[in-house]
Amino acid sequence: MFGTGRYSGWRVVKEALTGHKGWGPAWRDPEPQASYDYIIIGGGGHGLATAYYLAKEFRQARIAVLEKGYLGGGNVGRNTTIIRSNYLLDGNEPFYEFSLKLWEGLEQDFNFNAMVSQRGIINLIHTDAQRDAFTRRGNAMILNGADAELLDREQVRAMYPFLNFNNARFPIKGALMQRRGGTVRHDAVAWGYARGADSRGVDLIQNCEVTGIRTEQGRVTGVDTTRGFIGAKKVGVAVAGNSSRVMAHVGMRLPMESHVLQAFVSEGLKPLIDGVMTYGAGHFYVSQSDKGGLVFGGDIDGYNTYAQRGNMPVVEDVAEGGMSLIPMIGRARLLRSWGGIMDMSMDGSPIIDKTDIEGLYFNGGWCYGGFKATPASGWCFAHLLATDRPHETATAYRFDRFRKGLMIDEKGQGAQPNLH
Amino acid sequence: MIINHPILGPRDSQEFVYLGDAALIDRPDGLAEGALDTFHDYLYLRDNPAGLHRELWYHEQGDRSWLVVTRNTLTHEITQVELARDVARARGRSK
Ligand SMILES: Cc1cc2nc3c(=O)[nH]c(=O)nc-3n(C[C@H](O)[C@H](O)[C@H](O)COP(=O)(O)OP(=O)(O)OC[C@H]3O[C@@H](n4cnc5c(N)ncnc54)[C@H](O)[C@@H]3O)c2cc1C
Repeated sequence: MFGTGRYSGWRVVKEALTGHKGWGPAWRDPEPQASYDYIIIGGGGHGLATAYYLAKEFRQARIAVLEKGYLGGGNVGRNTTIIRSNYLLDGNEPFYEFSLKLWEGLEQDFNFNAMVSQRGIINLIHTDAQRDAFTRRGNAMILNGADAELLDREQVRAMYPFLNFNNARFPIKGALMQRRGGTVRHDAVAWGYARGADSRGVDLIQNCEVTGIRTEQGRVTGVDTTRGFIGAKKVGVAVAGNSSRVMAHVGMRLPMESHVLQAFVSEGLKPLIDGVMTYGAGHFYVSQSDKGGLVFGGDIDGYNTYAQRGNMPVVEDVAEGGMSLIPMIGRARLLRSWGGIMDMSMDGSPIIDKTDIEGLYFNGGWCYGGFKATPASGWCFAHLLATDRPHETATAYRFDRFRKGLMIDEKGQGAQPNLH
Repeated sequence: MIINHPILGPRDSQEFVYLGDAALIDRPDGLAEGALDTFHDYLYLRDNPAGLHRELWYHEQGDRSWLVVTRNTLTHEITQVELARDVARARGRSK
């Protein structure tokens, strides 16, 4: 491994006894080479995971990740860190369950503490119809090898007695629980994959914005960047909210709009919420960080934007959702809020596919749910890049599903990205 | 965001519902040759630009008019607001 060697408990003891002189930077800062076999555009979670699995699982070499800013400065460092595999549809559930299984072994695999915490997630039920829908979803999860449990009202009350059980309009009638769901320290995921990829020879090139994609006779030959032209046999695009901008370099229009999602953190509080919960009547979800802050969010702002900040109406809406579910949250002060730009697709599901240009591959459309997908997305994209065939759990994530009527529309909202 | 409604003056964007790219005004002819392809592109593909974007907003909490708002998606600055009906007529959409 580069520089620092493996991390372990022994290592901490040894370094403590030798004045911490052995720690070095976790990855190199290389100059770009003239060409690579694989270029991954975007140093977020998905791009870094793709490079890691390309090198580790698919034994490929001469790989670079090009990032316009710094590693992990995009959505991977802005999300609310929830992981789960509680999807309904066949195109999705096997993929997200594959991802959850990868999360379970991730820290040992890449030798980095990503604070994977399977603290359980509950989706609250407020009507009989919702209970039917969640029962169906739970069964779909179990059929795909995931875990799911239906909790009644008293079981929810035993876990979170402070919820607004007496809400006359939206009474809490139970919850769908996935105990294996939880949270992961988001930045550490980027760092762990970066370190793991670098140690296997991947060049991580920061401050390197891709400004053009060159092709010759229908085949990709490399990319223009703010650090010059870099040749490549295969180029994989994983730029989340900037997908349309990057693919516009080859004249492609995507089934996507870019929207902002905001997130919020309260001041540090004593342990209060030990799992993750989502409100089934308003759009509000919350967990508590290890530092004590309540981490919560709600709906996207709902209009196209590339500005990484949102507007007041949604701040108010999220606060109202919080107050309606957990009235005492009104006593906590908000510490900070921020926004990230997401690639909202036309059916709310992602795309991991080839393009019509040979050697150019695309990964995007993750909406606000791509953090949990990071390991499987990286694995499946690496599979596609290395073998030219989709991974078995990602066969539905194709561009042509809209043309063929094979949408994967979990919410049944149709081609209206701001409603997914 | 404040949308300067051509008839009602400045209104809070909260009063509106957002639909998306104003190109949706140009609904293709469903009976034309190759309608399947044009409808696929019309329904699912978007320019999604970073910069000026012409988009449809519906004044649901107000006079129920449709507007075409020209807004910068990098800054949220709104530079032009028109009645969608005028825009559509100018494009020959309705007689
Ligand atoms: C507020 C918020 C909360 C969220 N909560 C959750 C959650 O709880 N659970 C969940 O599963 N998901 C969540 N998500 C979604 C999740 O964060 C994203 O779907 C996921 O991180 C996207 O993949 P990524 O990590 O690769 O993206 P990013 O980290 O955004 O990576 C893309 C990278 O590409 C780079 N890039 C862009 N253009 C170029 C260019 N031209 N050249 C070079 N580099 C370029 C960007 O700088 C960026 O670093 C949330 C998102 C937000 C914004």
